[in-house]
Amino acid sequence: MADATPKSVLTAPLTKNNPIALQVLGICSALAVTTSMSVSLVMTLAVIFVCAFSNLFVSLIRHHIPSAIRIIVQMTIIASLVIVVDQVLKAFAYEMSKQLSVFVGLIITNCIIMGRAEGFAMQNSPKLSFIDGVGNGLGYGLVLMFVGFVRELFGSGSIFGFTVLHPVQDGGWYVPNGLLLLPPSAFFIIGLMIWIIREAHPEQVEENEFKMKHNTEPKEAV
Amino acid sequence: MAQSNNSIKKILTVAFALCIVCSVIVSTAAVALRPMQLLNEELDRKTNVLRVAGLYERGIDVEAAFAEITSRVVDMRTGEYTDQFDPDTFDHFQAARDPATGRVLSGERDIAGLSRVENYATVYLVGDDPDNPEQLILPIRGQGLWGLMRGYLAIEGDGNTIVGITYYEHSETPGLGAEVNNPRWQAQWEGKQIFSDEESVTPAIRVARGAGTGEHQVDGLSGATLTANGVTNMLQFWLSPEGFGEYLAKFRAGIDQDEAQEADVEFEAEGA
Repeated sequence: MADATPKSVLTAPLTKNNPIALQVLGICSALAVTTSMSVSLVMTLAVIFVCAFSNLFVSLIRHHIPSAIRIIVQMTIIASLVIVVDQVLKAFAYEMSKQLSVFVGLIITNCIIMGRAEGFAMQNSPKLSFIDGVGNGLGYGLVLMFVGFVRELFGSGSIFGFTVLHPVQDGGWYVPNGLLLLPPSAFFIIGLMIWIIREAHPEQVEENEFKMKHNTEPKEAV
Repeated sequence: MAQSNNSIKKILTVAFALCIVCSVIVSTAAVALRPMQLLNEELDRKTNVLRVAGLYERGIDVEAAFAEITSRVVDMRTGEYTDQFDPDTFDHFQAARDPATGRVLSGERDIAGLSRVENYATVYLVGDDPDNPEQLILPIRGQGLWGLMRGYLAIEGDGNTIVGITYYEHSETPGLGAEVNNPRWQAQWEGKQIFSDEESVTPAIRVARGAGTGEHQVDGLSGATLTANGVTNMLQFWLSPEGFGEYLAKFRAGIDQDEAQEADVEFEAEGA
């Protein structure tokens, strides 16, 4: 990352170095909040905000953070930002905050944010770190919106709450796929997505950590 | 640099300064946004009153629609209205704690797990004539699996037929107990009868284990037996003479046979 430019820092996390698809971080919240696109969008904005500003603040004080307590310092900054986001949502988007419930609070434990603070903001200038935070938030959001799109379209027949495929419950023709409204379906969608991305970018495929041995001949009992 | 950064003095200074700055930011946000949050909670509560009465539609003006509803405070011991309190500001929790307006519940009488209960309650009356309302909306609360569940029960003017139930505050497991707010489950309540006959003061309405049969039972929620028990218990409590029993008795006394039969027919049509 020595030759990091603002542009590369912003765009790399979208496809080339996507936090969910390549690093497989932040899966937990991607399962929970993607049943509808509007919820995914709010979650995305919240994560972009927290990730960008936690990177900024960590980077601003990075020369003064004692390495012994650096993780807890980063955690404190992240937690404060998340509480602010939660309070703002409760004040301005009450319905949405009810739907997101605990998952806003759980942004604190989202590995992407902690990972960027520790891995990038501790070594880079505030400006670059901020852009890196926005980029990673966007990369996370991109996956969230994609999964949300598939789940809402085929699970409830709508996009952003507007009916696209008329479901049978309301007298239409489309039989919604109930599985897509349940968290496990996001596993399938994210899995398929990672597969497709890695087919397109074969360099992302990881080396096998272990080599499987061929079945060995069973030895005779001694 | 790294050496001086890790001195005990530096560590304490950084930790202390960070805590001060963060706590100021967090508390400023919390205090500054509190009034708007309270407003939202109030609006949400009103929305729930409208929703349980079936008067809520997306995008309506909640305040205007809520103004059509009459709120009164009822003395639950006598079933009569009282003007002692202002219905808009009457606080159930405060009333339950105050020995003058609340009482202690213990042992078998405390089936909803409340330990203290108020003697007065705000009820909401839907319809043009408050003395002969189309619907009564009663506040209910009780222990679920994880904590207190607070909600509303809407009953028709006969004091016996349920219109709907909703919870505006609970901490049940998402996907299991939290399904009490699933519209499909809530829809089942419509038309159910609370009491088995006109003389009975013990509510017969309950959440069944598995599929509910008959006019006093509602299907259970799979994976949420304890939440469902909580719902049953709080209905048993609030609809008994300990709760709104005396108040409902006045409406049940006014019921005539034709209306009861009509309600039955309606219920069967829905079941089919």
